[in-house]
Amino acid sequence: MDWINVIIQGVLIGALYALFAAGLSLVFGVMRLVNLAHGDLIVMAAFLAFALVKALGLHPLVTIVFVVPIMAAFGYGLQRLLLNHTLGKGLLPPLLVSFGLSIILQNILMEVFSANTQRLQLGALEVSSLEIAPGLSVGWYPLLVLAAAVLFIGLIQALLYRTRLGAALRATSDDLDTTRLMGLDSRHLFAVATALALAITAIAGVLMAAKTNFDPMSGPSRLVYAYEAVIVGGMGSLWGTLAGGMVIGVAQAIGGSIDPGWQILAGHMAFLVVLMVAPRGLFPSSVS
Amino acid sequence: MTLLSTHDLTAHYGDFQALFGIDLDVKAGEAVALVGANGAGKSTLLRALCGQLPVGSDQVHFDGQPVGGLRADRLVRLGLAMVPEGRRLFPSLTVEENLVMGAASKRPGPWNLKRIYDLFPVLKERRKVGATSLSGGQQQMVAIGRGLMSNPRLILCDEISLGLAPVIVKDVYAALPAVMAEGTAVVVVEQDIGQATRFAERFYCLCEGRVVLSGRCDAVDRDAIRQAYFGL
Repeated sequence: MDWINVIIQGVLIGALYALFAAGLSLVFGVMRLVNLAHGDLIVMAAFLAFALVKALGLHPLVTIVFVVPIMAAFGYGLQRLLLNHTLGKGLLPPLLVSFGLSIILQNILMEVFSANTQRLQLGALEVSSLEIAPGLSVGWYPLLVLAAAVLFIGLIQALLYRTRLGAALRATSDDLDTTRLMGLDSRHLFAVATALALAITAIAGVLMAAKTNFDPMSGPSRLVYAYEAVIVGGMGSLWGTLAGGMVIGVAQAIGGSIDPGWQILAGHMAFLVVLMVAPRGLFPSSVS
Repeated sequence: MTLLSTHDLTAHYGDFQALFGIDLDVKAGEAVALVGANGAGKSTLLRALCGQLPVGSDQVHFDGQPVGGLRADRLVRLGLAMVPEGRRLFPSLTVEENLVMGAASKRPGPWNLKRIYDLFPVLKERRKVGATSLSGGQQQMVAIGRGLMSNPRLILCDEISLGLAPVIVKDVYAALPAVMAEGTAVVVVEQDIGQATRFAERFYCLCEGRVVLSGRCDAVDRDAIRQAYFGL
């Protein structure tokens, strides 16, 4: 029973990693942009929720209603005004610019919110759990996070494969020059993709803020989990990203159950093993 | 009425000059062929016309306006469509999704999905399958249909017969009169002089980045074009 418990806990934490990673995966899939500031954007969303809780006394989960549109609008502007100018000039400019953005965001958050560690309180939801078998219970909140991960990754997937906007985003990913010949404005499409990515990142950030401690410097470690989930799952495959997050989560849970000091390391080890055995990830997208 | 004209058009790839002072014009509703050997500059000329290469503003006029250097998506909205060489269909999209992408500019006009399926009935049967799983000729039909979906006033077709069996080429060209019947001008780029002159009213023959011969297809004999084609 202990082992089942460990794996379930791993899957649940992995759902959060998958939410971290979904935005990264979307942006990479559409415009081959590697965003090194992604972790800091997650933390920025968490601090936005924190500020709204402080200022308006909202329930932490209600802040999602505000944080999602704010982050989406920020994403549209960020892509349009900054990141679009780094594209089409090779691999290095987006890396350097998003690395710089990462440092700037960390320092702005530090300036505004101080270096203190924060966490949002959920009250009763934090401690209530569901007994699924004798001696085996899972918290309602982690289940909620899992449901959110499946729901929002499913929604983005549906948007990509069932709407005209989604077809345009896939076309852009296939062949940028030709989408321009169709009369599509790639600068706008890229900005829409980043807005979508930051909307889901906002959800990830708020859900994280109520689950773990965070501070202005905790972005990069979130970025690492997000990256590992994307690469384990296979670049550009959203359901793969969900599976990738869970692989990292389960590896961490197993490592942690052997020795608490092994928790983080075990996740990275699992990532390295996947990279060696299946360099394109577990579910590589068919088009590459 | 002149729809498209170029004036001393030049184009470069880095230090390499590919076009040397091209002057040509296309009238509304006209069929024009650009012929020339491999490397003569035909595709470069088309890329310069549709906004894929940097050119001076006054070097290209469309509908009386200087349009040189405009972005490709702006030109499509003005009514200049391109069927690119090698078809360039979107592999992760279905046939129908590819066609719908062509309508992204939202220009009003006679062409819509139903009209495209009337023109190429085989595409209707296969509309749900991945575009690149079609045969070469059917893919070319998708590429032409996708260009028409923008309801262009001028459609540029780059080597639409390339790599297709002669009987399929006939099928593809058979669709073009229906396009012209809507008043759309058609420019075809061809390596095959016979194919080009059977279809078009006028031709321009390019050699080493220059127009070396031009005129009405019915007024010039095939040998004169052939000599110009090879730069003799």
